[in-house]
Amino acid sequence: MRTFNFSRLLNSVREAGLDGYMMVIGIIIISVVLIMAVFAEFIAPYDPIKTVGMPVTPPSPEFPWGTDTIGRDVFSRVVYGSRTIMIVILMSTALSMAVGIPLGLLSGYVGGLLDRTLSLIMDSIYAFPGLILAIAVAAMLGPGIYNTSISLAVVYIPTYFRMVRGQVLSLREQLFVEAARALGATDLRILRKYIFPNVFFIIAVVFSLNVADAILTEAGLSFLGLSVSAPTPDWGFDLKNGQRYFLSGKWWPVVFPGIMIILLALGFGLLGEGLNKILGQKEVR
Amino acid sequence: MSLRAYIIARILMTIPMILILLTLVFLVMRVLPGNPVIAIVGMKASPEYIKKLEHQLGLDKPLWQQYIDYLADLLRGDLGKSMIWGKRPVIQEIMDHFPATLELTIGGFLVSVLLGLATGMVAGIRSGGKLDASMRIYSIVVYSLFIPLLGMMLQLVFGVWLHLLPVGGRIDPGLEPPTITGLYVLDSILSLKMDSLANSLAHLALPSFTLGLVLSGIYTRLVRSSLIEVLGQDFIRACKARGLLGRSILFKHALKNALIPILTMMGLQFALLLAGAVLTETTFSWPGMGTFLVERITYRDFTTIQGSIVFYALFVALVSLVVDLVYAYIDPRIRY
Repeated sequence: MRTFNFSRLLNSVREAGLDGYMMVIGIIIISVVLIMAVFAEFIAPYDPIKTVGMPVTPPSPEFPWGTDTIGRDVFSRVVYGSRTIMIVILMSTALSMAVGIPLGLLSGYVGGLLDRTLSLIMDSIYAFPGLILAIAVAAMLGPGIYNTSISLAVVYIPTYFRMVRGQVLSLREQLFVEAARALGATDLRILRKYIFPNVFFIIAVVFSLNVADAILTEAGLSFLGLSVSAPTPDWGFDLKNGQRYFLSGKWWPVVFPGIMIILLALGFGLLGEGLNKILGQKEVR
Repeated sequence: MSLRAYIIARILMTIPMILILLTLVFLVMRVLPGNPVIAIVGMKASPEYIKKLEHQLGLDKPLWQQYIDYLADLLRGDLGKSMIWGKRPVIQEIMDHFPATLELTIGGFLVSVLLGLATGMVAGIRSGGKLDASMRIYSIVVYSLFIPLLGMMLQLVFGVWLHLLPVGGRIDPGLEPPTITGLYVLDSILSLKMDSLANSLAHLALPSFTLGLVLSGIYTRLVRSSLIEVLGQDFIRACKARGLLGRSILFKHALKNALIPILTMMGLQFALLLAGAVLTETTFSWPGMGTFLVERITYRDFTTIQGSIVFYALFVALVSLVVDLVYAYIDPRIRY
């Protein structure tokens, strides 16, 4: 019976060298943020949307990361902010995948006019600057967690589409697919049983790299005031709020949410990089 | 395929791309749930006022009619009139702000290419070593740097602490060069105004560095992998066999060939530059398209928002066309 063997796991990480370490660091960062998001109520010392002290109080034992421009606890807002960004990222990624992956499978497998049309549409969206597309959609939909998720999802549908389609095109010609077809497997069965499982690993890689990008886009949207509406704690928006005071030396309302954005994006970036090399795939980004 | 045939084919290919992008913008602006008019005037406006505004914008017509009107207006180069402040034609407003964005993206582009070349060459020459690994980490880390935070830190260090560079704006008031191209750096040179040149370059420094640094990681990877591939080829071995020095091989033979694949990425890279410029501009109060677009979104200036997005779409299509044509010119293999 195979049991979980921690030292063996450590060994395989060590064997993977830099990629192994990058992946582990990535996983640690993501886990910390996930824990913050899930257990925000227990971690945050204050209510994130209540004024609990004087405005822009420097970090002190009472307020470990200081207070923001209207006297809310920065640490509590950062903790709850992790929940906002995680929810938005998970919803938008799920939506992009739910549209992009089936279309990519279909387009690559069926080919012909459908493939050419879909590819042209997806390539056009892909060529458009992501943040600006998200800005346009967000400006029309208005603020809110769901609307922000939709704005982000639109941007990343082509990424999944292109990647899945490319994989399917190369898999379609493989012997095992031909064999399945010769044995009389239906198209749907071939797609589900033979092609999708082989696309799965590359999806994992693209997922992490893509989420890294989506985090920066979400933070960008919210920095521009186009994401969730105030007073919901949101890293990009909080950073924007602190900007006025930053150059006069009040750095804490800006630096803490900003560092979190960078760390989380970096976490997914490292995970994706490590996975990419460990799974032995070609460079994706 | 001759170069001319390729050019014609590529231009024809741009038409569906533009049409798709324009349709996409139309869908986003008109079909998405949510009434743009209510988005403009807010929920509290009277129904009569909403009706009037809908009529004024042509939003009471059937959707297909709106779509045709929209394309026909665009064909005439008409992006409509702004809904606020003197109702100027949108295209004029865009032209007031676009040169600033162009100047910033060019600056950011140069910084990213220079940093990317330097780091990518180091990684490529020392591939497999410690330096290679550090450059790989560099490329991942810089990509994750959130532009507003990076920009503000640079403002604090170089503007407030060291008093070396201005923290925002394009140029000090009164120093603006006469408008020729709208690019302050270029206009200052053309009109021989050295104080304007120095001042606009100083203003350009931090925003360009911010934007360029973040995007340089992509070039690091590209240069690295492309250089490694070229260095493994026979003609490089032939150079070594003929006794050429390492440096001469690298700069005269390898780098030139390694740069070709990098060109292909420039179209997509440009989209990233434009997106990054929006954040860079808002961080540095740079009066370009990004600041302009975000400002008009807060004022709910619907026609200007739509016009700006359309402009971005056309510009992106144009750049990708130009990049492909340049590529085809440099590397004839691409035409077949």
